[in-house]
Amino acid sequence: MGNVQRKRIAAQTGNEAMAYAMKQINPDVVAAYPITPATEIMERIAHRFRELPGRVFIQMEDEIGSICCMNGATAAGLKAMTATSGPGFSLMQEGIGYSVMAELPCIIVNVMRGGPATGTPTRTSQADVMQARYGTHGDHPIVAVCPWSVRECFDLTVTAVNISERLRLPVIILMDEIVGHMREVVELPEKVNVWHPDKPKPPRENYYHYDDQNNYDACIASFGEGYRIHLTGLTHRKDGFPTDEPEIIKWNLDRLRRKIEDNRSWLWDMDYLDLGSETVIVSYGTAGRSAMAAKAQFEAQTGRRVGIVRLRMVWPFPVQRLMALLRSARRVIVPEMNQGQLYREVERTVSLNVSVVSVQRYDGEMLTPEEIIDAL
Amino acid sequence: MFKLADLAKNKELFSHGHRACAGCGEALGVRQIMLAAQTTGLPVVTTMCTGCLEIFSSIYPHSAWQVPMIHTAFETSASTASGVEAAYRVLRRTGRLNEEIRIIAFGGDGGTYDIGLQALSGALERRHRFLYVCTNNEAYMNTGVQRSGATMFGAETTTTPVGRKGYGKKQFEKDLTAILVAHGIPYVAQGSPSFWNDLITKMQKALDTDGPSFINVLAPCRLGWAFPPEETIELGRLAVNTLMGWVSVGMLTPEKSRVVAICAVE
Repeated sequence: MGNVQRKRIAAQTGNEAMAYAMKQINPDVVAAYPITPATEIMERIAHRFRELPGRVFIQMEDEIGSICCMNGATAAGLKAMTATSGPGFSLMQEGIGYSVMAELPCIIVNVMRGGPATGTPTRTSQADVMQARYGTHGDHPIVAVCPWSVRECFDLTVTAVNISERLRLPVIILMDEIVGHMREVVELPEKVNVWHPDKPKPPRENYYHYDDQNNYDACIASFGEGYRIHLTGLTHRKDGFPTDEPEIIKWNLDRLRRKIEDNRSWLWDMDYLDLGSETVIVSYGTAGRSAMAAKAQFEAQTGRRVGIVRLRMVWPFPVQRLMALLRSARRVIVPEMNQGQLYREVERTVSLNVSVVSVQRYDGEMLTPEEIIDAL
Repeated sequence: MFKLADLAKNKELFSHGHRACAGCGEALGVRQIMLAAQTTGLPVVTTMCTGCLEIFSSIYPHSAWQVPMIHTAFETSASTASGVEAAYRVLRRTGRLNEEIRIIAFGGDGGTYDIGLQALSGALERRHRFLYVCTNNEAYMNTGVQRSGATMFGAETTTTPVGRKGYGKKQFEKDLTAILVAHGIPYVAQGSPSFWNDLITKMQKALDTDGPSFINVLAPCRLGWAFPPEETIELGRLAVNTLMGWVSVGMLTPEKSRVVAICAVE
């Protein structure tokens, strides 16, 4: 083989690619609970982790158990991941809030199915986009990525792990059932680059776990390394001890917000094409596949160009960048497989004289290109 | 003792027309349970958490339920039954309902041993009068056979694979029946559809109990346990007689394990 980078070509589903990415990233702990349509991820991981001594797969007793198990593992300085779907994601919300507050990086894969409640377990949906952002209570930052293909399931998982480690935040991967169960021939790399935080240098007396320079890209210590660490879900000072002083509360919440605000320059990920056009489609996830087909069909029929933007990272919402990209647009179409969740975000991003049209489908079927063409 | 001929004369509350696998132990168990509920002559209300039972018995247009049935979230069958029982008490006290009813909560082993244990424990501690039936097939069969707290040591599931590096589940199963006995509720029992007369008798005792009651029903699953569909009853019987596939009868002799009704308090 020499120095040729080995690649693995296979017909895989999104869930399988996700499990493969998890194996390559080599997290220390995967804690999950069976739920349609995300179960295959944990089944694969259970098989793969047998060959990796020192890696632990745990099937927890429920989803809040899964996320709190991850919180425990990441507090010890290890990497942890989980995979779930709608109802499980709802059950996890309190734990996600704790991850944000205690600044514990972890990866949550949410293979979106129809809701609310048990909903449609075997059908697709993109209706957890707002839940990913605002699901847990309190003002908090969140990062969510949204793959549209099997290969992207792999790539965005690696991206998510790196963002999570750099920002010390939970990152949510919003797949949908179609991506999870769709089989594509993909080439998957065997090597991935994963960012590891540096260890702090002594002296230990001056180490503060939540120091201002420890907010992102931090030199962070874990339990058991000799540094004084105090983790809590309460609002805390820079040494981690709880407080209710108003200035400190504000400092704590500002600190969390700055994780996103200070890193907006690189914290975005999108594809775009033909942006000079009058009409632009803004989409994400599998709706992006229909949007691409709609664009091709519409251009062949009418000869008019249609622009397209596909968000790979939906949260934080790229307000400034989208504003610049959509400057010359007169109409913006937002196709989604929900009742228009990201449509409102787009509407408040573009200027007032631009009409924003929401194309919705929430019957468990995939959006068709024809439905988008009707709106063009 | 009952005669099958007598039971067969009654209208079934869990009717045919559901979509369970051929040879499903759970469907047989629930059918017997509802036959027993029918013999009380009282109206029955059931709650049910997500699981095989809900999927195969209640999907339009094939509902098998001849009684009111509420499907609820995975962890909340017992909590929903608590709410139903509270509503029943209010209706009785305010004179809006005059007849007695019976409340049965169903849950699989995942929804009882793992995710639903907290809700069940709370409902038992509050002493709601309802019967909780755990249809135990010893794994998460609905999502494609993953291990649960009820899965036996060494059993192969998709998350406890057997191969060169593994020998199946590495832990022993949870003794749920003993946990339930420790709650000090009036009636706790175990049964299996393979011993239908025993199961129906226990069901009647449980429904007559004033207070919370619990039955752990072993339901052989042809998908997860991987056996031909015609062997369900045989395997259930073997499981009881050999003490395999059972949760808490390990200490008892095979003869005793046929009648494992534990009357704890009262």
